[in-house]
Amino acid sequence: MTAAITTSGLTRRFGEVVAVDGLSLEVRPGEVFGLLGPNGAGKTTTIKMLITLLPPSGGRATVAGFDVASEPRQVRRSIGYVPQLLSADGALTARENLETTGRLYHLPTADRRRRTDEALRFMGLEAAADRLVRTFSGGMIRRLEIAQAMLHRPPVLFLDEPTVGLDPIARRAVWAHVRQLREEEGTTILLTTHYMDEAAELCQRVGIMHLGHLAALGTPESLAAEVGPGASLDDAFTHFTGTELEAEGGTYRDVARTRRTARRLG
Amino acid sequence: MTSLERAAPRAGWAEPPAPVRFLWDSWTIAEGELRKLAHDPTELLTRAVQPILWLLVFGQVLARARAIPTGQLNYMDFLAPGILAQSALFSAIFYGISVIWERDLGVLHKYLVSPASRTSLVTGKALAGGLRAVVQAVVVYLVAAAVGVHLDLSPLALIGVTVAVVIGSAAFATFSLVIACLVRTRERFMGIGQVLTMPLFFASSAVYPIAIMPDWLKVLAQVNPLTYMVDAVRGMMVARGTPSFPYALDFGVMIAVTVVLIAIAGRLYPRLAM
Repeated sequence: MTAAITTSGLTRRFGEVVAVDGLSLEVRPGEVFGLLGPNGAGKTTTIKMLITLLPPSGGRATVAGFDVASEPRQVRRSIGYVPQLLSADGALTARENLETTGRLYHLPTADRRRRTDEALRFMGLEAAADRLVRTFSGGMIRRLEIAQAMLHRPPVLFLDEPTVGLDPIARRAVWAHVRQLREEEGTTILLTTHYMDEAAELCQRVGIMHLGHLAALGTPESLAAEVGPGASLDDAFTHFTGTELEAEGGTYRDVARTRRTARRLG
Repeated sequence: MTSLERAAPRAGWAEPPAPVRFLWDSWTIAEGELRKLAHDPTELLTRAVQPILWLLVFGQVLARARAIPTGQLNYMDFLAPGILAQSALFSAIFYGISVIWERDLGVLHKYLVSPASRTSLVTGKALAGGLRAVVQAVVVYLVAAAVGVHLDLSPLALIGVTVAVVIGSAAFATFSLVIACLVRTRERFMGIGQVLTMPLFFASSAVYPIAIMPDWLKVLAQVNPLTYMVDAVRGMMVARGTPSFPYALDFGVMIAVTVVLIAIAGRLYPRLAM
């Protein structure tokens, strides 16, 4: 079966800064793939190129078999995206948010209504369906956003730090939904996260990015094992990112560059 | 890879043809904006205060002074259409800040990764900006009637004014979107908005006729889209009102400006999410 996401030599520069530097990667259909890395490692820039929000400076990438540069509309039809920031519109109700999304994906009216109701039920938001989203809790908003991103049943879903700022109960609820999407819909999911427990919990494979490069790639277990017996994914993360920064000297310029990129991306 | 292997979206719904999609997507965006207004109309109501003051205070004083030659119209009749256009301009010119909000929140990104074209997203915003102004127009009509402006209330005149207000406001709302795409931060946007409104307003025929302007200002007034909006509204809103230009020119300028600005804004829109 063809890969759900491929990149080869994918590069993005912002002036002097190379945010993503020749990234080559393959995400298999139906897997949950975690993109890890410190702030400014290039995770969000990578996602933005894959979802057609940012044109690559070099290399190429395909999503669901479509080229991000030459077939952006087909890519957009095939993906769902939950940004790091809030994407549900607080000035509309949950139902209106879903309806608007359904209309922009041109779902037939009957289908749209049915799926909106299903999505509200699936995410446990039925009682709050006609409340303005600005009155929602963080966990409710995230669940609504995932429902919105999945309304058109895209084969590929992008989640950019899906549980940042959520309490442990809301996090677990999001995890349960991610697993359910993979198991029931066979959705390929690419997610970024800063939480190693989240990556270990959800992802079949993870890639650790550092300064625009892929520093490591494998299953959470294999990456931990590479570092040493008894090591965790946390240790692997430090090993593949932290030490390398030391080895490069971790100069003021490096740090400034990383932070500047992080700010730009944040 | 052959095309057969492509992971097509599994849901098998048919996509409408491109022109239908464009109209549908634009309307979807516009309708969402109008729903937001319906949920919280505070902004519209506060924006209605300014035109009321212009008509009640500024207009009444200048009408008594008889300082401005306005031909066959008395000053209040002359001013009311100008204030209608002005209130549309003032609310439309700050419309772009909403997309900067959406960008900062992340809402904008969701729209930009949907299959809707950038141009339809912008057109929807422009249309919403135009329709918002109709509410303001109603307020101005009520105040104008209260202060004794001789309104032309024939259906044709009302329809004409509505169309002029929607297109003119859509033009300024799109102009505002273009600025928002260029400056991308709220602070810079507010600064530029403030700088632009007064010149646009005073270099138009909103509160005095072009005939009494110094020559350099006449030139500015003639390239100012607001002049054409005021002219069309003045021709239709008040009894015995006559436009200085042919309506075809008034509407032609407004439509052309809107179309060009939508094309530019559609090109710039993705910059907001980069």
